[in-house]
Amino acid sequence: MRIDPFEKFAMIVGGILLGAFILAIAYANFVWGVKVPTCEVVTRPFSKGAFIETAPKTYEVQVVARMWYFDMGTGKNEITIPAGSKVTFFVTSGDVVHGIKIPEKNINIMAIPGVVGRVQTTFERPGEYLMVCHEYCGIGHQGMYAKINVIQ
Amino acid sequence: MGKIRSLTLWHWYVGFAALFVGLFFGLRQSLARAGIWAKYDYYQGLTLHGVLNALVFTTFFIAGFLYLTTENSLKRPLRSYALAWFGFVVLLAGTVLAAVPILTGRASVLYTFYPPLMAHPSFYIGLTLVVVGSWIAALVVLRTYLAWRRENPEARVPLMFIATATTYIVWFIATIGVAAEVLFLLIPWSLGWVKETNPLLARTLFWYFGHPLVYFWLLPAYLAWYTIMPRIAGGKLYSDPMARLAFMLFILFSIPVGTHHQFADPGIGSNWKALHAFFTFLVAFPSLLTAFNLAASLEYAGKSRGGSGLFGWWAKLPYGEPVFAAFISAMILFIFGGISGIVNASYNLNMVVHNTSFIFGHFHLTVGSAVTLTFMGLTYLILPRLSGRELFGRRLALVQSYTWLIGMLIFSFANMAAGRMGVPRRTDLGLSTYSFPQVVERLEKLSALGGVILYASSLLFFVVFLGTLFVGRRSKERSFSLPVTEAYQTEAEAPRVLDNWKVWIGIAVVLIIIAYTPVLNQVLEISPFGSPAYSPSLPVPLPR
Ligand code: HEM
Ligand SMILES: [Cu+2]
Ligand SMILES: [Cu+2]
Repeated sequence: MRIDPFEKFAMIVGGILLGAFILAIAYANFVWGVKVPTCEVVTRPFSKGAFIETAPKTYEVQVVARMWYFDMGTGKNEITIPAGSKVTFFVTSGDVVHGIKIPEKNINIMAIPGVVGRVQTTFERPGEYLMVCHEYCGIGHQGMYAKINVIQ
Repeated sequence: MGKIRSLTLWHWYVGFAALFVGLFFGLRQSLARAGIWAKYDYYQGLTLHGVLNALVFTTFFIAGFLYLTTENSLKRPLRSYALAWFGFVVLLAGTVLAAVPILTGRASVLYTFYPPLMAHPSFYIGLTLVVVGSWIAALVVLRTYLAWRRENPEARVPLMFIATATTYIVWFIATIGVAAEVLFLLIPWSLGWVKETNPLLARTLFWYFGHPLVYFWLLPAYLAWYTIMPRIAGGKLYSDPMARLAFMLFILFSIPVGTHHQFADPGIGSNWKALHAFFTFLVAFPSLLTAFNLAASLEYAGKSRGGSGLFGWWAKLPYGEPVFAAFISAMILFIFGGISGIVNASYNLNMVVHNTSFIFGHFHLTVGSAVTLTFMGLTYLILPRLSGRELFGRRLALVQSYTWLIGMLIFSFANMAAGRMGVPRRTDLGLSTYSFPQVVERLEKLSALGGVILYASSLLFFVVFLGTLFVGRRSKERSFSLPVTEAYQTEAEAPRVLDNWKVWIGIAVVLIIIAYTPVLNQVLEISPFGSPAYSPSLPVPLPR
């Protein structure tokens, strides 16, 4: 089969480009720590939310997504933490599939009944962070959100 | 070959009727998200939009079109018309069974129907019949091919048939996943024979199907771009062998990649997600080959028409020809669709865009434009031939293509930008109780503007469609043959292995086993069959 020199060139450039993208992904993963959720085998699904300070400025939030609110164990749809806090979210669902997106962070995870997901981030800047449900979960979906207040 | 006429036409009538209804809800969604005309059942409309456009329209159009390409490329009648008509009836019955519960509000579960939201059983049974109907269409094409092979034991498979068969091969392997999901999980569960189901397993099976589904839509558009478009442009296909190679690579890599839709799912190891991401990058490669081959073909056409220089040929292409206008607009939009697709596929970068409006900004460039607009262009080409009438409203058809181009650039840009700011998809944003920065409001208005332009453009299409059928001038001759492109580098230069289906399907199966065994293993281990059924309107399990 005859491959035109121009085509060979285009294929090589395309290949290099894809390779460069893969390297960039690996760099973000290993150096910046931008990870995707993985398979959690240790934590079993839970049915109540919890908000735990495990060490100074270190929190664990157990989130149960339900039609149509996030149960984070605080009795309201928000948590308050000091700036610079490192937060680990354990996420599951008590009914249908939901999702969590924190627009100002790279937090993006599905809440699926029967399994637990884990994501971690540090809230450096004070402010009010929105956390929305981003998977259709029934007629109340557009009202499902919570807030993370990060104070000085 | 006259029998093909009504067969293809009837598939298209139903397909475009579905699109007509589906697009209305596209308009409503883009308006509602900007807070305009927002009082209606958004999620019922969204289910209709997804099911009618992405599942019903595409399947009917493609089935009808691929019958035509089969006859045109193999130059023999289908085996058999009776079976093909039976397939049509099954498709239609399935569509009705699925549509009734959606229209009566008992299946507002969107076109991905993730459990444990549960629809009326008729919805699942209807979708199953749609899949079975498409399998019958695939069987007709297969039997026609086998008969042709017996009659022509030595002949090379024509490129147009390579594309036709590739579409159905990918489709058949893909639909095994959704068939397993619906038959073994969802139908028994929705009928109440089984009380609890496994949501993560269902999602995994769905996306085993869901990614190759997009190639089922796209490959017929590639077929048109490779084997029809260069001739319409006044040239030749640059390389037949490289086109064959691209199609075979699609068989290999369009399936073992489904987990790239589940990067944000718990319960699946990030290592396996990375493997699927890697294969996804490999499936970008045949699209790069396609880009080169088609650009070279266009250059050949432009230069044959008297263009010269590095860019001079670009000005000589027949932009005033409706069929070409639709194809070129579709291809331009697909460039952006491909680039945004690489963003989605990029593993951790996906965390920025997953389930935001970036995603539908992306796929309206692909299925919503590259595919839909190409199918409209094919209609401008083929409908006059099938109906024996001249194209009605050539001008309207031209305006239609270019307004779609403009409307879609606005719509998808606005939604991709909003998605970058975290605006969720599948959300009745007009009624949301949270709010985003001010700029998002403006982006949603822009998206609504794009939606209005697109909807107006689609109405022009339907005017041309119905006008051609009912008031188009009768043309003297009828012909059911497609204008098939010649190649500059011909099939004679292609190694024989490029028509050897067994080799490519064999490797594809091995890749699927490599990619999916660990994923399914993990899912079955970690995710229980523990979810009762929910209705979208009640926060407690359905009593059963
Ligand atoms: C007039 C043109 C169109 C407009 C204005 C439009 C608008 C929209 C909007 C705003 C959404 C997102 C809704 C949301 O996520 O909340 C959407 C979703 C969607 N559209 Fe379109 N659309 C159009 C044409 C099409 C076409 C031609 C197709 C495919 C053939 C298509 C397929 C889809 C699919 C599959 C979804 C996803 C549904 C889901 O998330 O369940 N659309 N459309
Ligand atoms: Cu939700
Ligand atoms: Cu995909």
